[in-house]
Amino acid sequence: MTLDQLDRGQRATVLSVDWAILAPEDAKRLQAMGLDQGAHVAVAHRGVFGGVDPLTVTVGRMTVAVRRVHAAAMTVEAI
Amino acid sequence: MSRQRRAALVGNPNSGKSALFNALTGARQKIANYPGVTVERKAGRLILPSGAPVELIDLPGSYSFDAASPDEEVTRKVIHGEFPGEALPEVLVLVLDAANLEQHLVFAQEVIALGRPTVVALNMLDLAERDGLTLDPAALEKALGVPVIPTVAVRRKGLTELAEAIEQADVRAAADPSPASPRPALALSERRQEARKVAKAAIVAESAQHRIHAQVDRVLLHPWIGPVILFAILFVMFQAVFAWATPFADGLEAAVTAISDWVVATFPGGFLRDLVTQGILAGVGSVVVFLPQIVILFAFILVMEASGYMARAAFIMDRMMAGVGLSGKSFIPLLSSFACAIPGIMATRSIADPKDRLTTILIAPLMTCSARLPVYALIIAAVIPQTTVGGGIGLQGLVLFGLYVAGIIGAMAAALLLRRTVTQGSASGFIMEMPRYQMPRLRDLAIGLWQRAWIFLRRAGTIIFAATIALWVLLSFPQAEPGESQIDASFAGMVADGVHAVVEPIGFNREMALALVPAMAAREVAVSSLATTYAVASEDEEQTALALEHEVAARWSLPTALAFLAWFVFAPQCLSTIAVARRETNGWKWPAFMVGYLFALAYVFAGLTYWIAVALGL
Repeated sequence: MTLDQLDRGQRATVLSVDWAILAPEDAKRLQAMGLDQGAHVAVAHRGVFGGVDPLTVTVGRMTVAVRRVHAAAMTVEAI
Repeated sequence: MSRQRRAALVGNPNSGKSALFNALTGARQKIANYPGVTVERKAGRLILPSGAPVELIDLPGSYSFDAASPDEEVTRKVIHGEFPGEALPEVLVLVLDAANLEQHLVFAQEVIALGRPTVVALNMLDLAERDGLTLDPAALEKALGVPVIPTVAVRRKGLTELAEAIEQADVRAAADPSPASPRPALALSERRQEARKVAKAAIVAESAQHRIHAQVDRVLLHPWIGPVILFAILFVMFQAVFAWATPFADGLEAAVTAISDWVVATFPGGFLRDLVTQGILAGVGSVVVFLPQIVILFAFILVMEASGYMARAAFIMDRMMAGVGLSGKSFIPLLSSFACAIPGIMATRSIADPKDRLTTILIAPLMTCSARLPVYALIIAAVIPQTTVGGGIGLQGLVLFGLYVAGIIGAMAAALLLRRTVTQGSASGFIMEMPRYQMPRLRDLAIGLWQRAWIFLRRAGTIIFAATIALWVLLSFPQAEPGESQIDASFAGMVADGVHAVVEPIGFNREMALALVPAMAAREVAVSSLATTYAVASEDEEQTALALEHEVAARWSLPTALAFLAWFVFAPQCLSTIAVARRETNGWKWPAFMVGYLFALAYVFAGLTYWIAVALGL
């Protein structure tokens, strides 16, 4: 399962990230923010007006807004 | 020890660094650019407990030395002493968000590993406590090996202790000027592990208490309620700009008139007195009266930024911006452009993607900036009746709102076209930290407002002042023969004839053509130019906005006035904006393109407005 498919509020661990499909700057930024392999994450909010993009993800005590394409690159396992 | 000592604030974005900087240095800050790059350099003076001053520099917030943006590159270079012309700071003040240690310690380790005199400010301790965190600064100090000072910048807590620690670090730096011995840098994953360990050791207690900001987010980021709240805030903001500013504007206007009357009563008549009253006071005065509107607009933007709401607004707007090939990050520069395109274009620096950034710069002038307000306010007051259209909504306010919407739609359409043609490229990303909600502090707002009001006044005092005087001279010479109109005889009249030939088909009269020339310096000059022109045309007329309104109402047809409004929605009439665009894009190519496409749009839409209005019999 990838992060964009995770139910809202469900906690999960990032098992792996397919960095190759992301822009290099985006990959760098996500890693610097701790959205990396092994991170404990949850989806806090998803889209506006019933959409699925963008989403906010909690990682540690921080909340980060990302696009669905970023979340789709992250394989997660619910905990 | 005669040399100026330096200390630099460094930390992650959203660590409360700027609030700490304001608290430490007060209102006396110097804002400039780092030479050769488009990154803002903020510096101020900090008086140490011994009475010695140090220059305190507020470095751009960074997540890592592995720079992903020009801002982060500046921070890395300054701290490493690699920035040409920028001396290496003697002391580094590392600012950490107490409530987000696990994240902020990742970058902190990179800074501390440099081995330079460093002091840690454990900031925003109040917010950490609100989140149910109890921290042990001593444990953190032990783990990091550098002094840790707990601070709450917004409540001015721990500032004295921090200044003492900076002084001690500075003394250590002076006593041992030998180059630092950096420790080998750890890899990111190792730093993250270490950060987790250190944060865990520093956290004494952690209650499961709900975090307030998560609850607020449930409402403000709600997929349906969130956008409604955002649009409501924006609507109130625009109404406030038009309604709340009036008493202050009236007061300023009365003051200018009083000064003008005093000059007339005190000094003998003649060329110099006319220059002062009809040129300088009338010109600058008619622009300065719009200061209240600009201050109110910036107040809204600053509150949204300081409270943490601006990032939520970016989140809500991201999908819409993605529709035209941009991201939510463009929303902040574009919203700032409602106040002024110059800070707006400068704020595009936070957009990492170059194509995204360029597109945002090119469309920023389409956002209705405060300099258009004087023009809009004058024309609307003159030709739109002061009636309501049901529900207590004023027609004048509605027309103003419509002009804002026209600018937004124009910008979105332009972005869509640009992204498919001249700035085409990969789809942009949107990665943005959502800061914690905070109550904005009056002091920080006051400093921010003062800095922006000062930029506007300085413009009024230089560019607009010079343009007004130049125009007055052009209007006053050569002197008209008896029986001949002064405007027709003047140099300005000759230039206006040329411009008029071009803009006549779109319904512009000669006074308007005359106003467009000096308005190239700044849009609001159009108002002072019209005031000067009509004052010359009828010398006994009082130089008040009211008199000017009467002139416009009497002399302009409705289609002409509406065409003038449409022109100002699009026309790039601001030399400062063009200059900033040149600086931010490193060349004349893009500013030239921007000026060209915006004038073309202005001409076409003013023409359409005029012809349609005439056809409708307005």
